[in-house]
Amino acid sequence: MKEQLEAIRREALAKIDKAADLNTLQDIKVTYLGKKGSLTSVLRGMGSLSKEERPVVGELANNIREAITNEIAKKTDVLEKAALEEKLEKEAIDVTLPGRPVHVGGPHLLTSIIEEIEDLFIGMGFEVREGPEVETDYYNFEALNLPKGHPARDMQDTFYLTNELLLRTHTSPVQARTMQQYGGSQSVKMICPGKVYRRDTDDATHSHQFTQIEGLYVDKHVRMSDLKGVLNKFAKSMFGDDRKIRLRPSFFPFTEPSVEMDISCKVCEGVGCSVCKQSGWIEILGAGMVHPNVLEMAGYDPEKYTGFAFGMGPERIAMLKYGIDDIRNFYTNDKRFLTQYHHVKGGTL
Amino acid sequence: MLVSVNWLNNYVDTSSVSPEELAELITKTGIEVDGIDYFAEQSSNVVVGHVDACEQHPNADKLNLCQVDVGEEKLQIICGAPNVRQGQKVAVAKPGAVLPGNVKIKKTKLRGVESNGMICSLQELGIAEKYVPKDVADGIFVFPKDTAIGADVQRLLNLDDAVLEFDLTPNRADALSMLGVAYETAAILDTELTLPDEHVHTDSEQASDYISVGVDAADLNPYYGAFIVKDIDIKPSPLWMRNALMAAGIRPINNVVDITNYVLLEYGQPLHAFDYDRFGSKHVVVRRAGDNERMTTLDGEERTLSSDNLVITNGQEPVALAGVMGGANTEVNDDTKTILLEAAYFSPQAVRATVRDTGLRSDSSARFEKGVDPNRVERAGLRACHLLEKYAGATVLTGPIVFDELDRTEKTVTITEKLINHRLGTVITSAEIETILNKLQFPFVKHDDMFTVTVPTRRGDIAIFEDMLEEVARMYGYDNLPYTLPEGSSQAGGLTKQQELKREISSYLQGAGLMETMTYSLTDEASIERLVSPELRAKEPKPVRLPMPMSEDHNYLRLSMVPELLKSVAYNRARSQMDISYFEMGNVFVTNEQTLSQQPSENLRLAGAMTGMWLRHPWQHEQKQVDFYLVKGVLEGLFAYLAIPISFEQTKLTDMHPGRCASILIDGRIVGFLGQTHPVLEKELDLGETFVFDIDLDQVMDFYTNTTSYEPIPKYPAIARDIAFIVDEDVLAGDIKETIEKEGAPLVKNVRIFDVYKGDNLPEGKKSIAYSLFYQDPEKTLQDDEVEQSYQTIVASVNEKFDSYVRS
Repeated sequence: MKEQLEAIRREALAKIDKAADLNTLQDIKVTYLGKKGSLTSVLRGMGSLSKEERPVVGELANNIREAITNEIAKKTDVLEKAALEEKLEKEAIDVTLPGRPVHVGGPHLLTSIIEEIEDLFIGMGFEVREGPEVETDYYNFEALNLPKGHPARDMQDTFYLTNELLLRTHTSPVQARTMQQYGGSQSVKMICPGKVYRRDTDDATHSHQFTQIEGLYVDKHVRMSDLKGVLNKFAKSMFGDDRKIRLRPSFFPFTEPSVEMDISCKVCEGVGCSVCKQSGWIEILGAGMVHPNVLEMAGYDPEKYTGFAFGMGPERIAMLKYGIDDIRNFYTNDKRFLTQYHHVKGGTL
Repeated sequence: MLVSVNWLNNYVDTSSVSPEELAELITKTGIEVDGIDYFAEQSSNVVVGHVDACEQHPNADKLNLCQVDVGEEKLQIICGAPNVRQGQKVAVAKPGAVLPGNVKIKKTKLRGVESNGMICSLQELGIAEKYVPKDVADGIFVFPKDTAIGADVQRLLNLDDAVLEFDLTPNRADALSMLGVAYETAAILDTELTLPDEHVHTDSEQASDYISVGVDAADLNPYYGAFIVKDIDIKPSPLWMRNALMAAGIRPINNVVDITNYVLLEYGQPLHAFDYDRFGSKHVVVRRAGDNERMTTLDGEERTLSSDNLVITNGQEPVALAGVMGGANTEVNDDTKTILLEAAYFSPQAVRATVRDTGLRSDSSARFEKGVDPNRVERAGLRACHLLEKYAGATVLTGPIVFDELDRTEKTVTITEKLINHRLGTVITSAEIETILNKLQFPFVKHDDMFTVTVPTRRGDIAIFEDMLEEVARMYGYDNLPYTLPEGSSQAGGLTKQQELKREISSYLQGAGLMETMTYSLTDEASIERLVSPELRAKEPKPVRLPMPMSEDHNYLRLSMVPELLKSVAYNRARSQMDISYFEMGNVFVTNEQTLSQQPSENLRLAGAMTGMWLRHPWQHEQKQVDFYLVKGVLEGLFAYLAIPISFEQTKLTDMHPGRCASILIDGRIVGFLGQTHPVLEKELDLGETFVFDIDLDQVMDFYTNTTSYEPIPKYPAIARDIAFIVDEDVLAGDIKETIEKEGAPLVKNVRIFDVYKGDNLPEGKKSIAYSLFYQDPEKTLQDDEVEQSYQTIVASVNEKFDSYVRS
């Protein structure tokens, strides 16, 4: 009987080894271990064995069953892996084919720049104010120390709707309105972005519509050095820590003293190049200390209150920052232009 | 203003700095220097030569064969200029010379005869054609007889001069004169200033025997000075003066005209010379012109005047438009012997009015318009007389005859060290302030830390403390100002609710695949009435037209952003950019007034235009064209994101596809529309199928709260039930959905349409709409019978209302 069992073991293990697929293995399992399998039938004849022989043969039979079972399991594993590999092999795709496009949008470049400036000044405690684009002559000019007949008020430059109504030529009227609203007794700390209009013929450097962002700070002890400090902080955040600023005297009817702010040219690092017209500096904005007449007209006592104001053109900043050579690009909305600036944040000038 | 550095050196020594350094210093201290022009490109080896002999070229009629003495040698030169003569002193480019434009002069042969150099015209030496005096414009330049042979022409003609181009702000009218620039430069460089010579010899004859002066409009003409200058010899002005004028951009003419122009630039005071013998009387009368009075100005134009214009008359008729232009009859010419030289103060208003009415602008009017220095008017006249004596051999009669009501008072401004530092944030000492005032040559009286400063009349821009503060600050140097941050009360900055809404909408739409645009607020006549949203149209707004537009493309305030967006779409399509998804937020301008008396109200809106393919993925056979439901989905998503419930109603609008347009409602109020533009309009504008939307954000604001509260995540499972109704084709899916939601509340949390079917297996004129209903109870697990009961109620109600039946 022992020989019989050993023969089964040899035969079964050989068949398992040769088995090429899972079905064959299943058949082997049935053939040897099934209810009608050869191992089972051998064991059925155990009754004819002696009392001494029985446990010995029984143990052997169990060992053989275990060995066959293990081998089948091992082989199953091997065959399954092979089958899976074959299946996956067949599932291979051409990874060089294009993916399914995702539709992406993005902001307008001017919005990106305006929002970046807004966020910067919000961080310094400025509120963001807006005002009407159709303004009165009073808020656009008179309240800003530009009385009727003032030479700096060029009628030719302004889109008048009536004698008293016009398309605002700057966002400064929002400053006058805000100061009036605060009634002469509260500090004002605001920036105002928006669209403005000038009677210009559109060309590469002129646009009858463009944007501005201005700022105003009025309080009991505002110094010109505060203006310099705030503008310096702005310039470094907006254009890079390595930038220097300089203030140059200038003239605006609504500020005195008035200055223009330049930043050092990134391209040549101040040596002079074509970008900065050989000067080493690039003009960025106009600013100054609020003219006492403007404070007075808005109800602030210029003996007690002082303030600073500044204003800049997002188009100009964008054009300098990215080397854009035609201002009309901002308004024709060519998709090829718009998509270039969908990831604008920070950056250098 | 063009400032010749050579000229400036007459008053202030700038040799310590290069022209570039000077420009930088002036820019930093007060006046922006836009650029530096070297008067002419460099040339070399050009010297003065004497034409010893000049005869016709043996082989050419139009060429001259000249023997020219240039000092160390004699050169034979062939010259084609018609004005070359024996005995002239001329500019000779010797062999080896390099002229502007890199023209190299070599020995050569012309028509068989040797030529060793070139006799030059001013143009060949690099002077711009427009500044070249007319008498030498067509030929060579001839130097005065006393010019030394062999002298360097470059130096003689000032060709190495640097000219600074000033970009003057309106307040700095003082720098419209060389003297003003000299004061500024002397202050910056802290150097001495030399003033010009105004000395005039006394004469036995009295000007009063020749002229009297009467002014009928003292408010417009508070000072009029008349000088009589006799025995004038009209000839070219001295070379240095011609050089100076050319460098300043003025063409030399003759000594009298050049001297008045020179003094104009030097003092900033316009002068006018009348030919006395043709003046027509012995009386100057200044008055307002009569309405429709006529005169011919020296440009030959006949002008019709009005009482706004100030004129100089001879008692009968106008001989000059005051401060703007002289008359043709009294113009100085080559035969002039005696002149009446006018030095006057004309008020800015008077000159501005005449400039406005006539369109005549000149170097004179520009200065009068900004206000000339009252203390320099007469001195400028004296300076011109001095130069006329010297360079026109003239005699100046004792005078001048004046009308004088001119206010020459100097203003005073008080500053203190404390207030200066308080305003600037600096620590400037009293001594430093003193130094600054001295540099500026502002006289002052000092008491402790208080300065009472007398402002010279040349600085008409300084009137109040802040003006003087600026003077101190700019001279102290803005570079020396410290950097500080405001010390005042701090407040939290931030956006308004509306700005937050705008940012939220923008970020959602960008995420949804739309690009933001910026279009013009001014649109054209064809677009103004187009695609106005129904709720706005209901207000019957009146279009606002600009009275003085710059172009017919932009002459109306827009009532909708959609037409401008469609133009952008068409622009892109014309450039093969076919797939466009654009949105924009901006104002439209609404008024009911036919004639505006107050500002239109500004209505913030969101508009969009979408066209072409939304998805192009051909190799996997996926593509999606933009259609109504895509756009609607974007908007539904947007409002879900804003947590504002919206609904849609079929509507018809002009210029929109009659079957593919819906109004958008919030809480029963129309707030906008969406849909496809009308195919006729699409054809007109060269568009494909284009879908647009336009929404009133002011109304949306009423429903927008930017605070989100917490809603617990449901603990109990939801149960889904599908149901399909067969209805008449014209029944709207949304109406059924509304009924389901109403009847199913509160257990039905969500209703989705998942199929719409027409065709086989359905009767003619019927369609099937399938809905998925999601039931959920936040408190407990739903029971089947509860759901079944609700389901039956819904079916019954829908069937009754829409005459439908359930598809099995």
